[in-house]
Amino acid sequence: MDITITFTVNGKAATVTTDPQRPLLDILREDLQLTGTKYGCGEGFCGVCTVLMDGKRTLACITPAKDADKKAIVTIEGLADGDKLHPVQEAFLAEGAMQCGYCTPGMILTTVALLREHPQPTEAEILNWMDGNICRCNNYPNILNAVRRAVREARR
Amino acid sequence: MTTTRTEKPERGTKNAERGKPNEKQANLSSVASVSCFAESVTQRPVPETGNEMDRRGFIQLLGAGILVTVFEGIADAQRSSRSGGGSGGGRGRNVSARIHIGEDGVITVMTGKIEMGQGARAELTQSAAEELHVPPDSIRMVMGDTHLCPDDGTTAGSRTTPSTVPAVRQAAAAARMLLIGLACKQWGVAENSVEVRDGVITHPPSNRTVTFAELAKSGAAAKALDQPAPPGVSVTPVKEWKVMGTSYARPNRRDLVTGAHKFPSDLILPNMLHGKVLRPPSYGAKLLSIDLEPAKAMKDVVVLREGDFVGVAAPTTFQATQALKAIAETAKWESAPHPSSTEVYDYLRQRVRSKRDLENPFANEMGKAAKVLKQTYRTAYIQHAPAETRTALAEWKDGHLTVWTCTQAPFGYHSELGRAFQLPSERVRVIVPDFGCGFGGKHTAESAIEAARLARAAGRPVSVKWTREEEFTWAYFRPAAVIEIEAGLDEKGQIAVWHFININSGAAAVQTPYRIAHNNCRYVPSDTPLRQGSYRTLAATANNFARECMMDELAAAAGADPLDFRLAHLDNDRIRAVLEEAARQFDWRGRRKQKRAPGTGIGLACGTEKASVVAACVEISVDEAKNEIVVKKVTEVFEAGTVVNPENLRKQVIGCILMGLGGALREEMIFEGGKMLNASFGKYLVPRFKDVPELDIHLRNWPGMEPVGGGETPIIAIAPAIANAVFDATGRRIRQMPIKLSAAKPGQTT
Repeated sequence: MDITITFTVNGKAATVTTDPQRPLLDILREDLQLTGTKYGCGEGFCGVCTVLMDGKRTLACITPAKDADKKAIVTIEGLADGDKLHPVQEAFLAEGAMQCGYCTPGMILTTVALLREHPQPTEAEILNWMDGNICRCNNYPNILNAVRRAVREARR
Repeated sequence: MTTTRTEKPERGTKNAERGKPNEKQANLSSVASVSCFAESVTQRPVPETGNEMDRRGFIQLLGAGILVTVFEGIADAQRSSRSGGGSGGGRGRNVSARIHIGEDGVITVMTGKIEMGQGARAELTQSAAEELHVPPDSIRMVMGDTHLCPDDGTTAGSRTTPSTVPAVRQAAAAARMLLIGLACKQWGVAENSVEVRDGVITHPPSNRTVTFAELAKSGAAAKALDQPAPPGVSVTPVKEWKVMGTSYARPNRRDLVTGAHKFPSDLILPNMLHGKVLRPPSYGAKLLSIDLEPAKAMKDVVVLREGDFVGVAAPTTFQATQALKAIAETAKWESAPHPSSTEVYDYLRQRVRSKRDLENPFANEMGKAAKVLKQTYRTAYIQHAPAETRTALAEWKDGHLTVWTCTQAPFGYHSELGRAFQLPSERVRVIVPDFGCGFGGKHTAESAIEAARLARAAGRPVSVKWTREEEFTWAYFRPAAVIEIEAGLDEKGQIAVWHFININSGAAAVQTPYRIAHNNCRYVPSDTPLRQGSYRTLAATANNFARECMMDELAAAAGADPLDFRLAHLDNDRIRAVLEEAARQFDWRGRRKQKRAPGTGIGLACGTEKASVVAACVEISVDEAKNEIVVKKVTEVFEAGTVVNPENLRKQVIGCILMGLGGALREEMIFEGGKMLNASFGKYLVPRFKDVPELDIHLRNWPGMEPVGGGETPIIAIAPAIANAVFDATGRRIRQMPIKLSAAKPGQTT
């Protein structure tokens, strides 16, 4: 039995009638055509589907539609302010923290969430926080540099 | 080489959208640009180039300007052997449209290579910019579109740098010379009296200037441009490089951080359905019966059965998954016997195609050796696990099939689709937007064929995206290997006889780089129970693992240091230089003299493949209680001729080392009864942030040597260096990948 959920995505109101168990990832990609959020494993093991839900890091592939009701979602498309990139996006560009770029939106949103919950993370906190995200190009050193840069920038 | 001046499009003809080069690139690879091609597809005359797109089509898409076509040798080994169906992907022509110089100043360069994160887009852009003498940002690189691009062969074998970079440089240099010739003819001055910078030709004595764009507009130039280019166009010498040799970053990187880039799995067409395909419950299982009614009864669901192929398509992935589940529950299967992952090595050994090939032709010499060592090494089946799973969007229109997909072999897919649907070449088009990882794993067109079948049945575009479980189960694997080595040392501790057999996994790097008088190295095919195919350096990882581990065993048997023992057998200057530098950077000799802390060890390995050279030294620790090996530090030196893009090469080297850690320590497909038991990122553990050791990377530039590819070979030294370090730490030889402490008991050295 379908349900109707109402939520905001990148500040815009959205109403979707769908199966309550359907993943938020599919709703974002297929119904709202926000394809910056990627499918990687469907089980929450790789982090490429990371979005922010009420500001918290959330894996969209294992979040059923019913859990998104009345929530505020931010996807990679909602980070920049017009042409002005979010500081974390800038940090990833500055450090060349992408190769194929498929994991990049998830990495960036995971970093944004990190800075919200741990504004001044230790190196160990960074590693623990990021470890849920897989980069199959194995560009981890550059991504870590981008996260560290974003932390430095946030301190200013 | 010839050039052709394209005519201005007729009034009302829709031009390609104007905009910044990067925006144009996005348009070209996006669905929105499809309509631009429709007319040229249906009314196309016989193409005069290797590109499917005819001249008129180019004008329509790229706008008025000069189309530079180039004679290119079809003898290129990769092109003829790896592309689908014969030379040039079945085309058999050797003239390629390579560069378009627009009247708007946009320079378009076309290549059949693709971008999957390895850096080809940046490197080829640099190559064209260097030779054209234009800023790299003024170039739009169109990649992997079988309708527009020349067939540059599969993006594999590290061939982009040694094959496609020279092809693009030649075409760009020839185009520049033609433009110079045009300007000089107009001005009546000598060609050596002008300069070219940033797309502007200047004649300093008279202060005259003309831009490439203005020349492209010059109607009087048309006739001159029909003439063949002057022969023997030389490219820019390395010491004069301005753009090549720099760390030029990927041109479309901004779209990767904003989510704007459309990967193949992101494409959406109006009316599109999402497809799902029925998979057998186990390898080799045969479908006996299935009831399609439960899916047919569902709203908006298309169901297709063609022989053993059963698939569904629905407006959402969720609906398609539910529909598939409903009919899968009714399916009856007949299973087939299949070896388990523990039995598979004996299985492969027993099924070698030729038992005679296993025999050592130097058995007599072996009898004379002072010491003989005989060992067997094994490497497991592993998966590429690309970030983006197999995906394809197929659309049929007026008997023409267009597929947007992720593949390293656009022309191979083009041929496969043509065969699968009995379509002539010009009725199939494959478009490959920049996609998420390949590693040699995306050479076969299964998802494209699945999407095209479902789209044909549905009469609507269909996108098929494999799940991670499907990718882990039904994509092809890096082959498992059984490697048997027999080696004899003479009284001086030199290797006198070497007999090396790779069963099943391949011939890459099977030959030893070491000087050995009696040397027999051979790949012996077997009967694989799993689909197997290419992987980053293919068999070189397995062959180098076995060889470099055996070299350590022989060094120990000879009472020599592993470094000294290798150097004593190495004549190749490049390998010697790389190995010695790695040892120096790691302080190998100093560390060997020191007593290592308990549970820690150091190891080294080197190797060569695809004309590049690598050496690695590692420091590891072992935790016997946790049965764990931790790599603490990796020093790696890599050399691939002259470096085209240092930062990109560095990323490739790091990517290889860390990816190599996965195969070295953990990755292995586990199967039993025809079922894959670890088809999930939760069970198949690829490297993560916490696995990253201290990395000390050194890129050696070998000036004077043409650049060769660097995206694969840096992977081959890491696993043997770790295994050798485990011996140093524990005295145990572990002769398998993944290297697991549990594979050899403490005190077990032989």
